[in-house]
Amino acid sequence: MKAMPDHQPAAQPLAAPGKGGALRRAFRNRYLYLMSLPFVAWAFVFTYLPLWGWLMAFQKYNPKLAVWERDWVGFDNFRMLFQDETFYLVMRNTLAMSVMSLIAGFTIPIVFALLLNEVKNMAFKKTAQTISYLPHFVSWAVVAGIVSKMLSTDNGAVNDFLMWTGLLNEPVQWLAKGEYFWGIVTLSDVWKETGWNAIIYLAAMAGVAPELYEAAKVDGASRLRQMWHITLPGIRPTIIILMILSIGNLINIGFEKQFLLGNNLVVDYSKVLDLYALEYGIKINRISFATAINMFNSVVAVLLLFTANGLFKRFTKESVF
Amino acid sequence: MNARAIRRGVPGSERIVDALIYAVLIVTSIVTLYPFLNVLAISLNDSTDSVRGGITIFPRQFTLENYKAIFTYDTLATGFKISLLRTLVGSLLGLISASMIAYTLARRDFQGRKFVSTYLAITMYVTAGLIPFYILIKDLNMMNTFAVYVLPGIVSAFNVFVVRSFMDGIPYEVQESAKIDGANDFTIYWRIILPMTKPALATIGLFLAVGQWNAWFDTYLYNGSSEHLTTLQYELVKVLQSTTNNSGDYRTQNMTQVMSTVSPDSVKMAITIFVSVPILLVYPFLQRYFVKGLTLGSVKG
Repeated sequence: MKAMPDHQPAAQPLAAPGKGGALRRAFRNRYLYLMSLPFVAWAFVFTYLPLWGWLMAFQKYNPKLAVWERDWVGFDNFRMLFQDETFYLVMRNTLAMSVMSLIAGFTIPIVFALLLNEVKNMAFKKTAQTISYLPHFVSWAVVAGIVSKMLSTDNGAVNDFLMWTGLLNEPVQWLAKGEYFWGIVTLSDVWKETGWNAIIYLAAMAGVAPELYEAAKVDGASRLRQMWHITLPGIRPTIIILMILSIGNLINIGFEKQFLLGNNLVVDYSKVLDLYALEYGIKINRISFATAINMFNSVVAVLLLFTANGLFKRFTKESVF
Repeated sequence: MNARAIRRGVPGSERIVDALIYAVLIVTSIVTLYPFLNVLAISLNDSTDSVRGGITIFPRQFTLENYKAIFTYDTLATGFKISLLRTLVGSLLGLISASMIAYTLARRDFQGRKFVSTYLAITMYVTAGLIPFYILIKDLNMMNTFAVYVLPGIVSAFNVFVVRSFMDGIPYEVQESAKIDGANDFTIYWRIILPMTKPALATIGLFLAVGQWNAWFDTYLYNGSSEHLTTLQYELVKVLQSTTNNSGDYRTQNMTQVMSTVSPDSVKMAITIFVSVPILLVYPFLQRYFVKGLTLGSVKG
């Protein structure tokens, strides 16, 4: 994994090292500094400065006052947050959808990659793969449009199909029923991203030594056994790394799908942390409270990432950093 | 060992496995493709006829009326212009930033290397969240500007690491000989490294372009009240939400007029296709690049 970078073999300096002090070396690096520092400053403004904005969670936000002039309220916003019933509803929705998409979004691309990896006909393989990426490239807005068309009660493909097979007697208003919402979001995600997420696994599978398969064939192992005993263990490091990152993102499930597919009828199932923050922050202008929601979200995400990383490091010797 | 010999040796059960694999993949491809074809067919079908239902992947009464109808809608033309512009400008800026930072990180003698890469990696995992970012944009007076589309996203750690992994694969001697010839670091980057990095640039260029073209939420949040800064995706969201539901803050009068001439469903389908086509035309050609780039960015080493 290249996420936390840096451990190349011994550096081979372009210019002779050691001559002169740090300043001399800095001067020799001047173009490199010029090429990176402006962007470092840029990233500071757009990613580090908002972190500074977390202070708002401990204040009474007032746009007319500077940060140091505002009233401090301590953990009041967090106390309110943990006392708000909606918060628990929102957490339930967030975790339910993220666990569902963790399970589906994890296993299905692996299975898809396994199947594709077994295909010997290159033209077929390539076509199937190209088709599988297609939905990744369209926006969630487009997907939401397509999904609501497919699920619609007038001539939606899903209802038509289910009625044709006799599984349904009359069309179901899928998007108007809260109990289906999590499933619809998860399946839409699977439809959109399976092919794309399979790319990494396929690449990892291509790296499994062919001799292993030859040996297994000689031993008379069936294809399914080869998949299970050779291909899957071969991509184990990739699976673990992606698993750690997904757990880190468990709580960051985004809000686009929920925003676009949700509606007033299913709001008890569709409201997730970001939408909750959005509602308080933008619609009713309770910026401090909304910031507390976002901060809670980010802190939990980082904790989850470190926990997952630590656990996997201990038990599997694989880790992101 | 040739393929035929192996095949002859395999028992029938293996052939059943093969057949099953093909069957599953064919069904998957159909499930992926059908919704697009269905939407395309409806968008090309006469709108009153569509209401009868039963259209699958071919239009029953072919017409271009639905497309003509959406093109009479001014905001869509503006949206197209803005979307195209943000895609070009945003991708270009992103390419410059990612390649420059990546170059300095790939230089083993750069003192700031460790600091910069850790500094960027942190941004991948720690984010402040929607509201603090919203307040920042407000404080920077970037509400209702085009800049809000392209400036905040210039530095992307993920893209930097993709390009840097690629550059790590370029022999270091190439740079050293240029250095001996008296080229400065910027010249080495611009003249030597950049041309050799094209595949990685194609990859992140595609990521950037797709991200820009598909974005709608920034328009909703920051520029929702500026008609001249509206984007195509945002127009699509407005139209999709107009008949379905919630938040009453969509400005849909214009579109409602259009929808009274042809049915809302046909209009939605036509816009959906119109919005998706540019990206769908491009991606198959960049396939070999992004497959490689994605692999470089995440599973290297």
